[in-house]
Amino acid sequence: MNVLANALFRTKAGFAALAVGLALCLAAAPARAELRIDITRGNVDPIPVAVPAFGGDDDRAAKMGADIAGVLQADLERSGLFRGIDKQAFIQTFASMQVQPRFPDWQAINAQGLVQGRTATMPDGRLRVEFRLWDVFAAQQLKAQAYVTEMSNWRRIAHIMADQVYERLTGESGYFDTRVVYIAESGPATKRIKRLAMMDQDGANHRFLTDGSDLVLTPRFSPSTQEITYMSYYNGVPRVYLYNIDSGKRERLGDFPGMTFAPRFSPDGNRVIMSMARGGASDIYTMDLRTLERRRLTNTPAIDTSPSYSPDSQYVVFNSDRGGNQQLYVMAGDGSGVRRISHGEGTYATPVWSPRGDYIAFTKMAQGRFFIGVMKPDGSGERLLSDGFLVEGPTWAPNGRVLMFFRQNPSDARGQGGDSYLYSIDLTGYNERRVVTPMEASDPAWSPLIP
Amino acid sequence: MKIRYLSVVAASLLVAACSSGPEENANVGGTGGQATGTSMNAPVPGSPEDFIAKAKDRVFFALDRSDLDESAVKSLMGQVAWLKQYPTTKITIEGHADERGTREYNLALGERRANAVKQFMQAQGVAAARISTVSYGKERPAVVGSNEYAWSQNRRAVTVVAK
Repeated sequence: MNVLANALFRTKAGFAALAVGLALCLAAAPARAELRIDITRGNVDPIPVAVPAFGGDDDRAAKMGADIAGVLQADLERSGLFRGIDKQAFIQTFASMQVQPRFPDWQAINAQGLVQGRTATMPDGRLRVEFRLWDVFAAQQLKAQAYVTEMSNWRRIAHIMADQVYERLTGESGYFDTRVVYIAESGPATKRIKRLAMMDQDGANHRFLTDGSDLVLTPRFSPSTQEITYMSYYNGVPRVYLYNIDSGKRERLGDFPGMTFAPRFSPDGNRVIMSMARGGASDIYTMDLRTLERRRLTNTPAIDTSPSYSPDSQYVVFNSDRGGNQQLYVMAGDGSGVRRISHGEGTYATPVWSPRGDYIAFTKMAQGRFFIGVMKPDGSGERLLSDGFLVEGPTWAPNGRVLMFFRQNPSDARGQGGDSYLYSIDLTGYNERRVVTPMEASDPAWSPLIP
Repeated sequence: MKIRYLSVVAASLLVAACSSGPEENANVGGTGGQATGTSMNAPVPGSPEDFIAKAKDRVFFALDRSDLDESAVKSLMGQVAWLKQYPTTKITIEGHADERGTREYNLALGERRANAVKQFMQAQGVAAARISTVSYGKERPAVVGSNEYAWSQNRRAVTVVAK
């Protein structure tokens, strides 16, 4: 057994108090993997991957090992790039990681990837998890890593390992160790109850952050994932708020004379950019969270809203009707050099810059329908990914290759229907799937990778 | 008092149902309505119920527009007359949009509509200090349903007299 050196560090804030031990890569040679997925192609055939239950040194560790394998496999499958193999088909069963895979056994069931893992309870009660990713047909180890954490963090470990597998096989960074904040909806349309809610990317660890007594809208994560900015009608006055996830404290952001809305953090987390509506005009402002300095970026009688920073903070994309109808515009971070970038048929709204900087996602309205689409930051290369009676509000996974949005169906004259749910879709336009929430949902915002 | 109020609501439901035109099953939700003051028990003069009974409490807008058409101006003149009769009353103008727009833009559009009504009232001599505005965007439709009639009823600014 190779020696695993565990370099322990603790995450900054106390959210999960996760201690992750980064291990050395066990593979001697940085192998050229034959097993590799090009996710820039359209509809890929999912790669068959076997994820046997991770063996455990004791009953508790074994139970956790099985659960971790399940979460990891589900992450991989939801990406649409991988297909799990039924455990009934397995020929080899692992007693421990010491056992090398018998590659012909796995080739026989057509597994191309194999995720082998082991769990153990540490003397201090913490959980140790290690895994290896094998290229079955090349009989080659692609990745090996070990983690030590509190037992309660087992799901995060599974997501982190799924990210490792995804990254190793696609060349793109993963997005499974993330959360989603969104608006949970219930009740009739005329008296809709909306609550701030948060969950892991796979729907686990769901919790409500507000009780529904105030109308809340459009939550977005801070880069640290510790704060959420959103809009609330607290005391009947619609304003932008900050919510601290650790403390549960909320505070009104600034003292603006008009309605503030459409907030987003700057990429460094030091500012919030948003709109203020006053006197029939909506303009874009930033507020520095350290100095509380307020800065106005647009000044027109038009509606300027839905601002979103480029990842390098140099530019802001926003939505304006200054030209007569809603289109997308880009300006420099100081408000100068405004230029229109959307030129297709219809109107455009809710632009969001990809964390990779290569695309801007948007909502488009044309011919009585709504679309989710992407274009390059210069407005070229527009592609529509999904459409419906109402689809709105795209948000990017941190790797910039998957998006989430919400879809609302039409209601009849008695108010039946009109249900709203979250969906994810690949940048390619494939693999659209419902994101499971305990009740109806809208306004999703994907977190960055959890630090 | 409660009975009186209910009768006003009943009258407004009746009127709204009649005005629903060719659309069947159009439901009316939310507050207020377009009562014509025919209720048997007259509300207390100067009260919010009195306002609803005597004036049309809401105006409607064309798709993506915030300008006041002839019928909106007529309704607002009625509101202004009532407000001048009861000069100590204060109002909130709620601006709304239909569901066929994005959430953030519709919040701005609702504010723009509420502001259009406020500007008109100010021009007609109602003191700015009596008027506040709030936008609900597409969050609080008055009429449910994904159809042209419901959308036309939801693109609105509603004047609410403070209690």
